[in-house]
Amino acid sequence: MTQDESRVGSGREAREAAAARAAIAVRPDEFQHGASGKREKVFELKGVDVRYSGVAAVKSISMDVHRKDVTALIGPSGCGKSTLLRCLNRMNDLIPGAEVEGQLLYHGEDLYGPQVDPVQVRKLIGMVFQKPNPFPKSIYDNVAFGPRILGRKDDLDATVEKALRGAALWEEVKDRLDSNAFGLSGGQQQRLCIARCIAVEPDTILMDEPCSALDPISTGKIEDLMIELKEEFSIVIVTHNMQQAARVSDRTAFLMVELDADEDNRWGRLVEYDETEKIFTNPSDKRTEDYVSGKVG
Amino acid sequence: MTPRGRLAIAGARATTAAMLRDQPRGDVIRNAAFAALLLLAVLIALAGLLALLIQAFVEGAPALSTKLITNAPSTLFPEKAGFRPAIIGSLELIAGVIVFVVPIGIGAAIYLEEYADKARWWNRMIEVNIQNLAAVPSIIYGILGLAFIVRGPLDLGFILVAGSLTLALLVLPMVIIVAREAIRAVPDSIRQGSLALGATQWQTIRRQVLPASIPGIATGVILAVSRALGETAPLLLVGATVFVTFDPTPFSDAGYSAMPVQIFNYAVRPQDEFQALAFAGIIILLAVLLIMNSFAIWLRNRYEQRW
Repeated sequence: MTQDESRVGSGREAREAAAARAAIAVRPDEFQHGASGKREKVFELKGVDVRYSGVAAVKSISMDVHRKDVTALIGPSGCGKSTLLRCLNRMNDLIPGAEVEGQLLYHGEDLYGPQVDPVQVRKLIGMVFQKPNPFPKSIYDNVAFGPRILGRKDDLDATVEKALRGAALWEEVKDRLDSNAFGLSGGQQQRLCIARCIAVEPDTILMDEPCSALDPISTGKIEDLMIELKEEFSIVIVTHNMQQAARVSDRTAFLMVELDADEDNRWGRLVEYDETEKIFTNPSDKRTEDYVSGKVG
Repeated sequence: MTPRGRLAIAGARATTAAMLRDQPRGDVIRNAAFAALLLLAVLIALAGLLALLIQAFVEGAPALSTKLITNAPSTLFPEKAGFRPAIIGSLELIAGVIVFVVPIGIGAAIYLEEYADKARWWNRMIEVNIQNLAAVPSIIYGILGLAFIVRGPLDLGFILVAGSLTLALLVLPMVIIVAREAIRAVPDSIRQGSLALGATQWQTIRRQVLPASIPGIATGVILAVSRALGETAPLLLVGATVFVTFDPTPFSDAGYSAMPVQIFNYAVRPQDEFQALAFAGIIILLAVLLIMNSFAIWLRNRYEQRW
C-alpha cells in the first residue's frame, strides 16, 4: 500500500487513486503503469462497437486516452463522436436499447464489467453537455449539489468556492451566490456546469461540444479554462470546431461516417488518432487531410 | 443608375404597394364575422355562469350571516338553521382526500414517467386507462365505494373516511395526469446533468425532478380537491345522506354530511326560507371553490419554472 502510494504521488492524486479503486473493483497495481515511463492511460478502447436497438452507431473503435491530456474527438455530423463520448461514463445506459461491445478499460478496469455500478462511474467521470443545463436553483446550490449527494457536507462553502474558482467564475458570481443560476449568461452557465462537475472532484471530465451554444468570447474563456483544467483532470472533448480542437487538445481522434454497400446504414469509424499537431499538419490518412483542410465535411 | 434599373425599381415598388394595399372586401367581412362568432361563444359561456351567480346572490344574500357557519341544520326553524356539520364534514372529507391522493397520485405519476418502460404494451395500457378513468361518471365511483369500501373487502361501514376514500378514487386519475404533465415538463437535460454528477435515479427524482415539478403538482392537487369538494353523487351512495345536527368525526358511523349534500337537502324543501338557505350555501361553496382555484392559478404563475 505504501509502495503504491509513493508511486502515485501524494495529495490529490492519492485521493483520486483511492476513489477510483474504491469505485471500480479493487486492484492495487492499477496506477502502477503510470510510473513505468510510458504515459498513463485513462481509457483503453479495444474494438468498441455501440449499437442502438441493434443498429450500429460506431464500429470497432480502438484508442487510448492519456492521463491529463485534452483529447479531442472530431468528425462530421453523425459520425458517432457524441455516442463514443457517452460510452465513457456510461451515460448511454440511459438510452433504452443502447448496447456497448468490445473492451473499454478505465484505469485498466473493465468499465462495463458486471460488478461496475454506472452511478459510481459517473462520480469519477464527469460530463459537461452541449447546452448549458444549470439546475433551477441558486448558483451555490448548483455547485453544492454534487458534494451533497455524495455526502461530502463538511466545509461545503470552501468546496463551492474552490470549484467556482476552478471554473474561473468565482469573481463574477461571488456576490450573488444565492441568486438563480438561470440569471447567468450562457457562457457563465456553461462555466457553472463545469464548476458543478469539478466540485465532485472527478478524475476525468467529458465535454460534449461545450461551446456550440456560446458566443466567441465565452468560447474563448472556456477554451482557456480547459487548458488550465488539464493540470488536474483528464479531458475528452467532442467538438465540431476544428480550430478549437487544434487550440486546446493534445491528441485528436478523427471519426468518419461509413456507409454499407446499399447506403442504408451508416456508422462511425475511427480514421486516425494521433498528436493534434500531427493530425492538423501532417495526417497520415488522406481522409483526415481532406477533412481538416476543409475539403469535405 | 441606368434607365432600365430605375424602371425595374419603380415596377417592383408599384407591385409591393399594390399587394400591401388591396385587401379584398370579402376577406374583411369574413374576418369580422368570424371574430364576432367567437366572441358570441365566449359571451354564451359567461352568461350561463353569470346567471347562476346573480340568481344565487339575489336569492341567497338575505340569508347570508355568520349563523350559517356556526349553527347546525334544523328542519323546524329555518331562521336558526346553518351548515356547521356540513362544513366540518366537507373539511374532514377533503383532508382525507389529500392524505390519500397526494402520495398515491404522485407515486403513480413518478412511476409512469420515470420508471415505466413506455415501449411495453402494459404500460401504454395503464396510461390509456388512467385517461379513461378520469372520464368515468362520479356516480359509478359511488357504487364502487359502496361495494368495496363501505361493504365488501374493506367493510368500513358508512363512515366519513369511506367517503374520503371514494372521493380520493374519483379524483386520483386527475391528480396522476396533472402530476405526470408537471414531471414531464422538467427537461431531460436536468436529469442527465444530475445523473452525470453521480446521482442515483432516486436522488435525481427526489432533489431535481420533484422540486421542479411541485408547483404544477400542487396546482393539480388543489383543482382535484376542489372537484371533490363539489361532488355530491358518490357521497349519496356512501353514507352522506343522513340529516346531521352534530359535528361529524372521521370514524364514527353516526353519520356525516357535506356541503353539497346539505345544499341539496335544503333545496328540496318547499318553504321559501329553506330555498334561500340553499342559495346561501351555494354562495359559500362557490366562494370557497373560487378561492381555491384562484390560489391554484396564483401558485402556478408564481412558482412555475420556465425552461
